[in-house]
Amino acid sequence: MTAILSELAKHAPVAGHRPWPRHLVDAPTWTAVARALGAGAADLLSLWADETHVHLALRSPAHPTPLVVSLDVKNATYPSVGLHHPAALRLERAIRDLHGIAPAELPDARPWLDHGAWELRAPLGARASAELRDPADYVFLPVHGEGLHEIPVGPVHAGIIEPGHFRFTANGEIVVRLEERLGYVHKGIDGLLSGADLERAGRIVARISGDSTVAYSFAFARAVEAALEIAVPPRAAVLRGVMAELERVANHLGDIGAICNDAAFTLNHAHCGILRERVLAACGRAFGHRLMMDRVVPGGVAADLMAGHARMILDTLDEIMPWFADVVRVYDGTPSLQDRTCGTGILQPALAERWAAGGLVGRASGRGFDARRDVAYPPYDDAAFNVPVYRTGDVDARVWVRIREVEASVDLLRRWLAALPEGSIRTALPAIASAREGIALVEAFRGDVLLWLRLAPDGRVARCHARDPSWLQWPLLEAAIEGNIVADFPLCNKSFNCSYSGHDL
Amino acid sequence: MRTLLFRSLLSPLATTAAPAPGDAALEELGRTLAERARRLYGRSLAIREVDAGSCNGCELEIHALNNPVYDVERFGIRFVASPRHADVLLVTGPVTRNMKVALERTYAATPDPKWVVAVGDCGCGCGVFEGSYAVIGAVEKVVPVDLHIRGCPPTPTAVLEGLIALVDKVSATPRG
Repeated sequence: MTAILSELAKHAPVAGHRPWPRHLVDAPTWTAVARALGAGAADLLSLWADETHVHLALRSPAHPTPLVVSLDVKNATYPSVGLHHPAALRLERAIRDLHGIAPAELPDARPWLDHGAWELRAPLGARASAELRDPADYVFLPVHGEGLHEIPVGPVHAGIIEPGHFRFTANGEIVVRLEERLGYVHKGIDGLLSGADLERAGRIVARISGDSTVAYSFAFARAVEAALEIAVPPRAAVLRGVMAELERVANHLGDIGAICNDAAFTLNHAHCGILRERVLAACGRAFGHRLMMDRVVPGGVAADLMAGHARMILDTLDEIMPWFADVVRVYDGTPSLQDRTCGTGILQPALAERWAAGGLVGRASGRGFDARRDVAYPPYDDAAFNVPVYRTGDVDARVWVRIREVEASVDLLRRWLAALPEGSIRTALPAIASAREGIALVEAFRGDVLLWLRLAPDGRVARCHARDPSWLQWPLLEAAIEGNIVADFPLCNKSFNCSYSGHDL
Repeated sequence: MRTLLFRSLLSPLATTAAPAPGDAALEELGRTLAERARRLYGRSLAIREVDAGSCNGCELEIHALNNPVYDVERFGIRFVASPRHADVLLVTGPVTRNMKVALERTYAATPDPKWVVAVGDCGCGCGVFEGSYAVIGAVEKVVPVDLHIRGCPPTPTAVLEGLIALVDKVSATPRG
């Protein structure tokens, strides 16, 4: 990888792409990068296409600044990355479905997001009309063996959760394989974003995954600001951090309770439900929206925080933290609860590393990456905070990462809210004369969200790609559940809590 | 554990006061339910939630109805796991093309009489996803809708107001 990177560094990157370099490469270099990813020499951040090129974002531990390599697509095909690096498989199946670009020798010929319901083939490419297909017409991987049976689940699930299909193969109670089929909530977001002005694009991006709306708006704003080469006022940067950490705390509280609930321990679920509600109510009062949707915008933030509201959030944190400590003590001191979570749904550190799984899924399996610290951005670049890492990779580890992250976030919130910088909350966006490109990585509660965009000379979005952390976590759930009992699937699934909408896009 | 239980003894109620049935919801239900409802439910409704394409924002707020603060069960409203057990489908959208068949099948699996509530700006219209090749849009384009609860997402209180109006209306309708 080092040899490839130093070779690339000899050539000038594509003009107008910020803040990381983007290099045009030839097919042999592209394949060499794919092989290097497969060999574990670098982390795949994302893989996407536009009308003419495929792009691959990666980060190598030796060179902490990520970079993008782009390959000219000839005759609607290019050398597959998934052939060498399995983490790219689903991203490439999505590229084939959306753009009609075929990754040569891709080991999986099946569609992924295209369920045959669009009446269109390659909606972002040639847009050829297509016949409706039966949505059930999908070939799951064959499973052979004595005494095996299949359990199909979904797309409509038993709880108040998003839709997706899980195909279990079980031997008695033991899961021998889980295969996911996703794409049910595909809304064509990439297509909607092309040609949208920044305000409309921002509203769409804020609704890619509602539970991570702050993180997505944050990533979108940072990508636009990178493309336009502007910085936001210090007060806006800190308010973004405040909203992002409140979102993380609210989601983690909900998840900790829900995981306990799936282990039949409803007491913690009830308490966490109240704690989460306290946080959301404070967000609603302070920012005018409980989930803080559309509050982070390119140039800064759309809503200022009144002095009394900063105090009110601090009071809320003072109220919930001793209460949360009680919940943690109950979790830590209840053997019947830990009997369910310890040793259940183990994700091996080697797999987390190979897939470059971000967020709490990675950090519970030894991968200590956090975009806030490792690809630092304001306001985290001058803040010290704890990034908890566990190595056991089980449900219990994913609970503990959440617990420690709630504490770390509250610590950050207390410091920021006690000393908010004064001043304006928004920088005006300059007009541009030529196309620009920007990319950003932002740590959502699930993990790092990557957002890349190209602005047209008229200031509209020409093309935008958002990669949810779930793309690199969903496949690992299939591995983590293997050998567990069917009844533990809800527990494992909740401990990952991957996004369907963010993935299906 | 002891600390938690002790704290519970001294704490005020976490649960909010009941909101009144929403005015807009009452008006809409008055128009649609009178002729359709034929059975007395005795102030009890079983609800099956169906995400037919949502960003998950609506689900978060619907989920909150089950926490001790909103405690929807005190109004006789209960979320159930199967459409076979449901009186009401609570559907969020926009309905994606990839979810159309699943929504139709869930509706077909729900026994009569049944009501459909569309939740959120996307389920009631199409929200920001209007014009995409991948969405059909409003829930009523796929299944008949009796009540719309707007918002992006609607707050738990807004959903509760709509559902209480629905319970009142359904239970006031004479048995057929």
